[in-house]
Amino acid sequence: MAAGPNIAPRAAVSQQALHAWLLLLPVLALLVAFTHWPALATLVDSFFSTPRGSRPGQWVGLENYQVMADDPVFWQAVRNNLWFAGATIPLSMGLALAMALWVNERLAGRAFLRMAYFTPTVLPMIAVANIWLFFYTPQYGLLEQITGALGLPSHNWLGDPSTALACITLVAIWKEAGFFMIFYLAALQTLNPSLKEAAAIEGASRWYYFRRVQWPLLMPTTLFVLVNAVVNAFRLVDHVFIMTRGGPDNATSLLLYHLYEVGFKFWDAGYAAAITVVLVGVLASVALLQFFVFDKRVHYQ
Amino acid sequence: MSARDLPRRGPALYTVSWLDTAAAWMLALLWILPLVYAVWTAFHPAEFSARFDLAAPWTLENFRHAWQAAPFARYFLNTTLLVAMILAAQLVLSTLAAYAFARYEFRGKNVAFALVLVQLMIMPDILLVENYQTMARLGVVDSLLAIGLPYFASAFAIFLLRQTFLGIPRELDEAARVEGASALQTLWRVYVPLARPVYTAFALVSVSFHWNNFLWPLVITNSVESRPLTVGLQVFSSVEQGVEWSTITAATLMTSAPLLLSFLLFQRQFVQSFMRAGIK
Amino acid sequence: MHRKTFIQTLALAAAMGTLGAAHAQAQVEVPFYYPVAVGGAIAKTIDGFAADFMQQHPNIKVTPIYAGTYQETIVKALTAHKSGKPPATSVLLSTDMFTLIDEDAIAPIDQFVKTADDQAWLKSFYPAFMANSQTGGKTWGVPFQRSTVVMYYNKDLFKQAGLDPNRAPQTWKELSEAAQKLTRKDASGKVTQYGIQIPSTGFGYWMLQTLTTPNGVLLANEAGTKVTLDHPKVIEALDFWVNLACTGVHPSGVVEWGTTPKDFIEQKAAIIVTTTGNLTNLRANAKFDFGVGQIAGNVRKGSPTGGGNFYIFKKSSPAQQQAAFEFIKWVTQPERAAQWSMDTGYVAVSPAAYETPTLKKYGQDFPQALVARDQLPVSVAEFSTHDNQRITKLLNDAVQAALNGTKTSAQALKDAQREADRLLRSYQ
Repeated sequence: MAAGPNIAPRAAVSQQALHAWLLLLPVLALLVAFTHWPALATLVDSFFSTPRGSRPGQWVGLENYQVMADDPVFWQAVRNNLWFAGATIPLSMGLALAMALWVNERLAGRAFLRMAYFTPTVLPMIAVANIWLFFYTPQYGLLEQITGALGLPSHNWLGDPSTALACITLVAIWKEAGFFMIFYLAALQTLNPSLKEAAAIEGASRWYYFRRVQWPLLMPTTLFVLVNAVVNAFRLVDHVFIMTRGGPDNATSLLLYHLYEVGFKFWDAGYAAAITVVLVGVLASVALLQFFVFDKRVHYQ
Repeated sequence: MSARDLPRRGPALYTVSWLDTAAAWMLALLWILPLVYAVWTAFHPAEFSARFDLAAPWTLENFRHAWQAAPFARYFLNTTLLVAMILAAQLVLSTLAAYAFARYEFRGKNVAFALVLVQLMIMPDILLVENYQTMARLGVVDSLLAIGLPYFASAFAIFLLRQTFLGIPRELDEAARVEGASALQTLWRVYVPLARPVYTAFALVSVSFHWNNFLWPLVITNSVESRPLTVGLQVFSSVEQGVEWSTITAATLMTSAPLLLSFLLFQRQFVQSFMRAGIK
Repeated sequence: MHRKTFIQTLALAAAMGTLGAAHAQAQVEVPFYYPVAVGGAIAKTIDGFAADFMQQHPNIKVTPIYAGTYQETIVKALTAHKSGKPPATSVLLSTDMFTLIDEDAIAPIDQFVKTADDQAWLKSFYPAFMANSQTGGKTWGVPFQRSTVVMYYNKDLFKQAGLDPNRAPQTWKELSEAAQKLTRKDASGKVTQYGIQIPSTGFGYWMLQTLTTPNGVLLANEAGTKVTLDHPKVIEALDFWVNLACTGVHPSGVVEWGTTPKDFIEQKAAIIVTTTGNLTNLRANAKFDFGVGQIAGNVRKGSPTGGGNFYIFKKSSPAQQQAAFEFIKWVTQPERAAQWSMDTGYVAVSPAAYETPTLKKYGQDFPQALVARDQLPVSVAEFSTHDNQRITKLLNDAVQAALNGTKTSAQALKDAQREADRLLRSYQ
């Protein structure tokens, strides 16, 4: 098992260790330079007040966290993000799975379907958000034209706090589902077709086949997609910048968006650092949890 | 669909119901609606961006206007180079690192791995100011390298590849060793080919992320020579003047067309490359 | 003797060579960030300015750098400043002045004003624009792309409603009445055309100022250390806005800034209130005759100013700062200011610019372009304070809450006042 020619075990071990560290060196150097060190700097910053011009920051302990806890906009952003995540994760994954299942069958025009589902991934959010803005525009927007034709009342979708978040969520689901579909599709196509034949011969219903055969075999893919979905639930805020800018009255403010506002609009470095720490902490724990589950699953196979 | 599909002889298994077809199509139509709208608006004059009059005249004026507004050819080149550079660096560096984690025993391995995993959740956007300072110190501000450097080390890729490498039977290792291959040669000849589907999957994630990335490139680039597409497209998205849908959709189509077309032409190959052994 | 002459000649040649090289290398670099808040072709005009300037000043190299929206530009500029390498100059919002001062990022313009010519130049700008450019007795910014808010009104729809198409409503009363006549509904009772539309996303506070200024109240003091948000007159102004929506002549809820010009072009709104910067866009795209009017008055007439100023960044080298000053002086000369105004729709920043033949002719051909300028004598500073973005956001949120009905105007403004007082305490 040792790499390299036969040498005394102890020397072999340290030679192994040396090789390993050499292999890791580029990656670790980059990570430290661009992730760990800045992150530590941010953590440290969170305990200092915001430096202003020539006045340096001063140690204030947990004051920034206190400010964060007292800030109603922060809690609104947390609530919004939880709703956002709670909707985008299952819906985008569910739709992705449905899309993959459909495209996998011999459906009429499935090349078109595949392309249609995948298109959102290819269009840059910066441009696409403007198109969705049109869809939601009151009076002559597309949605408005459709509801008007159906005789339904007019509505200011993005301007109404009760519907704005749902609209934003829809755009995110639209952007993500096709992307996840590809992973499910690939996984489905590697399933042994004899399984399907066997199930059919046994007289199992399609639903049974899905639930008992396909779904368990898709588990690794599902976990992979889940990780991506969770990260994206906190990362996808580009469309907020263009469509609602966090409004109306913070109804669509998401955590990363709020962080951006505090850090790069208010230039409140101390408070922004505190939010960063919280955001990263939450995500890190979710990620580590998932990965250790992922790890176990694979080993059981 | 073609002879390449796995043979499905015998009784039609689980025939697709019309309900499925209808639902799939409805979803597809909804999904492609923004693109359809983009095509409509880009090819018609501005008055028709909200009015869907089928008799409306077609025009290329929007494309001309969009093309003149910014050097898109250069932006395209920049983005392609950027994405390729990042992907190449990510693949090489993470392969080496994953190999170390999968096949070597050394003290501090778990700590190192934990350090790597941390990066999964830290979005470079948050670390904007500190990273800008680092780039300034390195003297690479306003270059493609500066955009890409923070992303070269990819925890996600390392994790995936480590997973895959762990699953490769050690007999293959030993077989290669018997033939006199060194560790790196084993890596290249045995591990890398077997992990190809993972590379493809990761490439998709990486390319689509970096193609769409906006904020960090905006802050770190100044000149046309290093500016990517998203920053270039932004010129149509500024809010003060009001949204001009005809121009922004023309610009969108221009910049997405190559990607869209290549997906259209190569989607079968694309999916098949995943098909060879999915994400397990 | 030969040797000495030889050495002397060599020395002389070397000296001349060095001088020559030094001269060539003495080019001062002036990186210049500018936002594009108007349609794309602006970059060409800016590049043209830079090229022309460099022809006249061969030892200065101006590099215009497109930096996104106003918001993105200040992110870029301050990030660069915090890393020690700011641009020499940048166009940023006039309201960013206090933020830039607090970050110790900018140098006062006064220190570059030395000659009598320079002083005359600094005094040549419209006083209304200098209001957001000066504080504490110093000048911090130089007006470049400035605006006021105006009312655009659809002349065709005015005619249809029986109103005088050449006269914009002058008072609140006239405005309400006109809006009533201009609002049209279809058979099912759905409004197909609103009489008046004032957007409330993005710059809600600015739109509120178009109502508070006519009501005779200012929202912030010149030092940027105090705000008056819960004054009864401010509440009254916000209530006027909310009532417009309640009476059905104005869309309900929060109205998007970015689609308001389009709403006007689509004839979904007969009167819109927005920046003069939209003039060129509307002129190009409106298929009907439209007029531009000053903001309707109440106890007085008035509008806030808006737009961007030039700032000089402190951390760039003294040579760069001086060179930037030269560029700023050059580009705000009447001819250039006139050209900029025509290309963008912004107000030209000095009265002298309007005396140039080009702008005079433009004004004759297109008198609507002069309305924003005519409003300047009654214009006030745009809302700006220390910790500007935060406090502006408070006001924006208050406006949105009132328009959505989630809070009454009084409650929303009182809450904003309380928060603002707390935030401004450390600046007093």
